[in-house]
Amino acid sequence: MKARTLIVAVAALATVATACGDDSDATSDAGTDCNTLPTVQEGVLTVATGETVFPPWMGAGEDDFDDPTTGTGYEGALVYALAAELGFDAGDVTFVRTGFDEVIAPGEKDWDFNIQQYSITAARDEVVDFSDGYYQVEQAIIGRADGPAAGASTLDDLRSVRVGAALGTTSLDYAESVIAPDSDVQVYDDNAAAKAAFDAGQVDAIVFDLPTAYYITAVEITDASIIGVLPRSDDAPEELGMLFEEGNPLVSCVNSALTALRDGGTLAAIEDEWLNQGGSIPSITD
Amino acid sequence: MRRALGDIDGVRSALIATVSAVVVFGGGALVVVRSPNWPRVRQQFFNGDDFVEAWPQVLDGFWLNLELFAYAMLLIPVVALAVAVLRSLRGPAFWPVRLVAVVYTDVFRGIPLILLILLLGFGVPALDISGLPRSSTFWGIIALTLSYSAYTAEIYRSGIDAVPESQTASARALGLTQWQSLRFAILPQAIRNVVPALMNTVVSLQKDVALISVLGVRDAVREAQIYTTRTFNYTSFVVATLLFLAISIPLTRFVDWFIARDRAVRSQTMVG
Repeated sequence: MKARTLIVAVAALATVATACGDDSDATSDAGTDCNTLPTVQEGVLTVATGETVFPPWMGAGEDDFDDPTTGTGYEGALVYALAAELGFDAGDVTFVRTGFDEVIAPGEKDWDFNIQQYSITAARDEVVDFSDGYYQVEQAIIGRADGPAAGASTLDDLRSVRVGAALGTTSLDYAESVIAPDSDVQVYDDNAAAKAAFDAGQVDAIVFDLPTAYYITAVEITDASIIGVLPRSDDAPEELGMLFEEGNPLVSCVNSALTALRDGGTLAAIEDEWLNQGGSIPSITD
Repeated sequence: MRRALGDIDGVRSALIATVSAVVVFGGGALVVVRSPNWPRVRQQFFNGDDFVEAWPQVLDGFWLNLELFAYAMLLIPVVALAVAVLRSLRGPAFWPVRLVAVVYTDVFRGIPLILLILLLGFGVPALDISGLPRSSTFWGIIALTLSYSAYTAEIYRSGIDAVPESQTASARALGLTQWQSLRFAILPQAIRNVVPALMNTVVSLQKDVALISVLGVRDAVREAQIYTTRTFNYTSFVVATLLFLAISIPLTRFVDWFIARDRAVRSQTMVG
């Protein structure tokens, strides 16, 4: 009797001890207290995004260009939906701007998370943390209707074309390793510079993610069109995720909020509103 | 006796210098290596494996930098001399020409080089004017030439101004025309005056060639960036740095030697 009581008592104590002990484990899901969020600034959600933001991701309304606070665009709407789910008012969300590739580096960040179409890759995951994926993205290649890339239907057709991509993007990795054109891939500081070079006739085709490609061909460079959607380089789909400082305890809370949005259908609704472009696009095959 | 003493003094100073160097540099190195952040810094910036891996691509890009440097070095002295000479022409008939030269130097010294490269490299080809090349390396060289020749023209001008008036007067008195006096009397002296400043510009140009990377040209800097954004290791930047230093340091030492030799020759030939 005494022995059994002792064992039960010890077991009970052990359970209680572990439950309490979890609070100090910053990266376990059970541990982070999502009611008092460990944000950079207390009571405020500091969201970082690109130096210029483009539709369909942010600032997609009529007069909203480059204004993330309007909550328009897929990522814009997502940020405010997440904020609401996490318990922030719309007014408690502040935006800061950063470059794209310079933040994929180890070190302290002075924002809570960065959202600008970051693809989750294993290499990046070693230096920063990502949330769960919020969108499955495909790569597309754009070119002029009368240019060298027009009518390409296989990767082989693209090998003789001058291809461009932005520094540090998965589009660049894709262009270099999968398309592997005969002449060196031209690498630009950002998507804006890549577009400028395309306008200047210095590249014949640029690799972008599909939603961005849609926007560029519809609005920015109207005499360019999407040559095709590029085949995936491996079996795993490419997903976009929010970028966090490595070891940030906020990740688990954001993931829970994201799951809630997905289960509640909000995520699909946002995607329908901002990313459904309709029409059929040719696919490039291997 | 005096020579023996001189030898001992020389040996003694050499010894003191060696000990001092060991203490200062050795001590400094120890402090760095012992600091808690050193292992991480070494891993991020001075990683042997990454050095070897990044080397071929960055070197490839560096050849492009040198090629552009060579082209610019051919064009800049010509354009700069033309501008400087135009500015120095006397007489009311040449006023518009002088004005053009002044505006040229003001404008192209006033525009930041990176802005000029972007303007010409992306902006001009986008105008779609037939006959104009589209190549980004072409417009990069043009931008470098325009900017650097403005600075160099001013250097030439100061050299021309430093030649005493009496030289021009005597040349004209001998019956030389304005052009001939410029060509045979003034310019040789003017250029010789400003060789140090000119060579400084050369060293500076050799590095500014790296700015062309913003046009998507795959030079050493761009290749280093591509490596870094792929691997999150900065050793590729160290590779590029070493390559640039490998050219600029010998160049600087050569400039120093040249100036010293020129000074020695001049002081010998100056009439007392």
